[in-house]
Amino acid sequence: MYTFSSRLKTFAFVLMVLGILGIGYSFFTAPKTIEDVEKIVAEEQAHGHHGDAHAAPAHDAHGSAKEEHNAEAHAAPAEKPADTAHAVAVDSAHKTTDSVHAEAVVAAGHEGHDHDAHEGHEAHAEAAHGHDDAHAAHDEHHKHMEHMLHQLQNKPWSAVYVAALFCMLISLGALAFYAIQNAASAGWSPVLFRVMEAISAYLVPGAIIVYVLLVLGALDMHHIFIWMDEKVVAHDHLIQAKSGYLNKTFFLIRAALFMGGWILYRQYARKNSLAQDESNDNSYYKKNFKASAGFLVFFIVTESIMSWDWIMSVDPHWYSTLFGWYVFASFFVSGITTIAMITLYLKSKGYLEYVNTSHIHDLAKFMFGISVFWTYLWFSQFMLIWYADIPEEVTYFKTRIEDYNLPFFGMVAMNFVFPVLILINTDFKRLSWIVVTAGTVILAGHYIDFFNMIMPATVGNQWFIGAGEIGAILFFMGLFIFVVFTALTKAPLLAKRNPLIEESKHFHY
Amino acid sequence: MSSHYEAPIRKPLIIGDKNYHDVTVDVARPVEGRANKQWWIAFSIALAAFLWGVGCVAYTVGTGIGTWGSNKTIGWAWDITNFVWWVGIGHAGTLISAVLLLFRQKWRMAINRSAEAMTIFSVIQAAMFPVFHMGRPWLAYWVMPIPNQFGSLWVNFNSPLLWDVFAISTYLSVSLVFWWTGLLPDFAMLRDRAITPFTKRVYSIVSFGWSGRAKDWQRFEEVSLVLAGLATPLVLSVHTIVSFDFATSVIPGWHTTILPPYFVAGAIFSGFAMVNTLLIIMRKVSNLEAYITIQHIELMNIIIMITGSIVGIAYITELFVAWYSGVEYEQYAFLNRATGPYWWSYALMMTCNVISPQVMWFKKIRTSIYVSFVISIVVNIGMWFERFVIIVTSLHRDYLPSSWTMFQPTFVDAGFFIGTIGFFFVLFLLYSRSFPVIAQAEVKSIMKTSSETYKKKWASEGHGHDNHSHSENNHH
Repeated sequence: MYTFSSRLKTFAFVLMVLGILGIGYSFFTAPKTIEDVEKIVAEEQAHGHHGDAHAAPAHDAHGSAKEEHNAEAHAAPAEKPADTAHAVAVDSAHKTTDSVHAEAVVAAGHEGHDHDAHEGHEAHAEAAHGHDDAHAAHDEHHKHMEHMLHQLQNKPWSAVYVAALFCMLISLGALAFYAIQNAASAGWSPVLFRVMEAISAYLVPGAIIVYVLLVLGALDMHHIFIWMDEKVVAHDHLIQAKSGYLNKTFFLIRAALFMGGWILYRQYARKNSLAQDESNDNSYYKKNFKASAGFLVFFIVTESIMSWDWIMSVDPHWYSTLFGWYVFASFFVSGITTIAMITLYLKSKGYLEYVNTSHIHDLAKFMFGISVFWTYLWFSQFMLIWYADIPEEVTYFKTRIEDYNLPFFGMVAMNFVFPVLILINTDFKRLSWIVVTAGTVILAGHYIDFFNMIMPATVGNQWFIGAGEIGAILFFMGLFIFVVFTALTKAPLLAKRNPLIEESKHFHY
Repeated sequence: MSSHYEAPIRKPLIIGDKNYHDVTVDVARPVEGRANKQWWIAFSIALAAFLWGVGCVAYTVGTGIGTWGSNKTIGWAWDITNFVWWVGIGHAGTLISAVLLLFRQKWRMAINRSAEAMTIFSVIQAAMFPVFHMGRPWLAYWVMPIPNQFGSLWVNFNSPLLWDVFAISTYLSVSLVFWWTGLLPDFAMLRDRAITPFTKRVYSIVSFGWSGRAKDWQRFEEVSLVLAGLATPLVLSVHTIVSFDFATSVIPGWHTTILPPYFVAGAIFSGFAMVNTLLIIMRKVSNLEAYITIQHIELMNIIIMITGSIVGIAYITELFVAWYSGVEYEQYAFLNRATGPYWWSYALMMTCNVISPQVMWFKKIRTSIYVSFVISIVVNIGMWFERFVIIVTSLHRDYLPSSWTMFQPTFVDAGFFIGTIGFFFVLFLLYSRSFPVIAQAEVKSIMKTSSETYKKKWASEGHGHDNHSHSENNHH
């Protein structure tokens, strides 16, 4: 039996406390009113962060960007939805003016959602013609500040949401891997089953936390999902057309069903796995085999829908058919990496008698292979949208490349280049420190992947990895460690009577 | 490789009381014997179809592409449908030999040789379409970036059709090398058993002087593993690149990001179905039932079921996102598929690809040879229609209603397709009489872990059944 070392337990608590402090700090320092935002902007200006962003000539530049916007909007085919025109405008605006002011244009596109196609045209025409008009300029300024306020208020929420979702999905990824191992009658992995089961134990608290965050969104406590904001929807005919799917009730019911299904399988499989230890026949093993096959069917369907709901819908105007599988690859490889890292930790403490370097080698091969698979899906999605360059799709990558350049391309280096180069070597895949190093980079890289998926829609170019983000990571890491290692103490670390356990114990590659 | 211990719950992969010599004899028998009447009948039919196809191609090249049913709106129809279909079928071979090798699936050993042969023969069929659907196929060499006298006029590397050229040619070359490497020990076996000087000479040449030394085997294994590692991304990228032909476009119904993995899943799906079709016949006519067992067929059926489900998910995803996108062109493209003039092809594709593999959830069905055979053919019909639906229904009605039209194939379209089927079977029938259709060297390597003979022996000796004593014996 495993005993949770008090040092590790303390470490987990320290992480949680530090995390709460960071999260609390970020909520506390988030601006409450437009005046606060103006203060922040003024401070930044004093520090020279944004240079002459708010100087008078910049306003002129802004005006000319508007004019161009207007021209572009009219040039766009009439049947195109308003946001397409906006997208083109954002594009040109970015080229002609500095980023803060371009943001105002984005604000016009993003928030508003407050005007439909015709209104939008009119409003912009006004802005363009009357850019000398002080009143219009003031109005624009006000809107910009309001938009920034929303983004800055979203920041701590998004930080918590990204970390909560990522940790829960790691656990779900490990569970999917476990189900595959069961359904495939894998002969190498049964000695790792208890580790996988323990990691999946986090699914219960993790899913509850994510669910609470979704409910808080539905209660208008945060604005991660702008389609939940009735004022936004009232003026956005594109979201209105999706409201049959994107509505709070259905959204929450779906989430509850999916999470409930996953947790149900997890608890059932764990119960059978423990019962098999004490059994005289293979009936529990067979039950798990069937349950795993059933779960995988449920999983492939719910996983796709989950990714549309909880991730894709933060950009409710954007869509991609590949998205669900892309998200899957991201958390699946993270789940496998976590299995490898926890196995190595337990092995180093002398707990996993039968785990040898061949098992680690196999896990590292999966880390390698699924990293390549993730990159394949990332590239396919990115390249196809980049290649066809259809405006309503391409805005997704434009904002990411312009505002999130380093995280966007940095994650490709972390999730692909580094693991592929280091894990291609057979001898390396058997070295603990290499696997841990690669694993750390992979986990960090996929956190950034989720960061890139959520943040551009919720905080825009106001992103920053600061106290809130790091605090959220630390808190959920602490909670994850606490839950997983507590679960490890509940059962022997070797599944005794699994019919494939002997193969697994003697596994050498 | 993996340990020699195998769990008692695993079923034997070699049935009957076979020893090493029996494997050799069983595999060599079809090659050493003479062809029977049925073989000659089948071969004649295939050859006739092939020659008919040659005539149709000659007619096309001589007269012009206008002999086909394609028109100004539908520039791609049966040509590219057949191309993608054949490439897709070819994928299962690499999947069985490479991916299943990486996953250490011992059951692949009885089927990998034929699956790879099928890959190579179907890629050859596929490769004909990109050439003969050209208006000026005699200028096909222009797709190659060769220094030339037009001021070194180059190709544009931005086109997925050019990527196709590289993908298919690389795929064919690597598959061929992978296949042939694996054949060396088996050709050597035929060489060593040959009784006529002619066959001795032939198999001496093709076996490259294989003598089976320890060092050779060690390198052989390493090469197989490296090639499997390379072939796996290759198989994914090849069909991905084929899918890019459509997905990079701006045509509603074509431009969708899910196409790359969905085409790959569909390729595995149709490829396994074709392997199943061929092997169900082969195990019977070549008396290989001891090696290609019901379990093999069942496992292939399970893969067909899994990939069929993945394809089903992709269909539903496409439908959902077409609605969710709010783009009326996308929405219409799918409405047109379901209710337009080609609704029957869409219905056929949905029935064959989504519903038919789901029957495999029932063990009774997936272990029935007859049902497996029928389903495997149904799947390939469905997958042909999938490509047809994607290509033709997206083209015949798109942005401008003034260019909406219909597609009607001509006998030349059909003749070319029939010709490739004939050619495929000509090659496959010749292969099955001159090549060792089962990788006997590999099958022998699992004799001690997975044959019925040894499993019985261990059971009677108490090995494995009593796990505890076994582990104590072996652990130290």
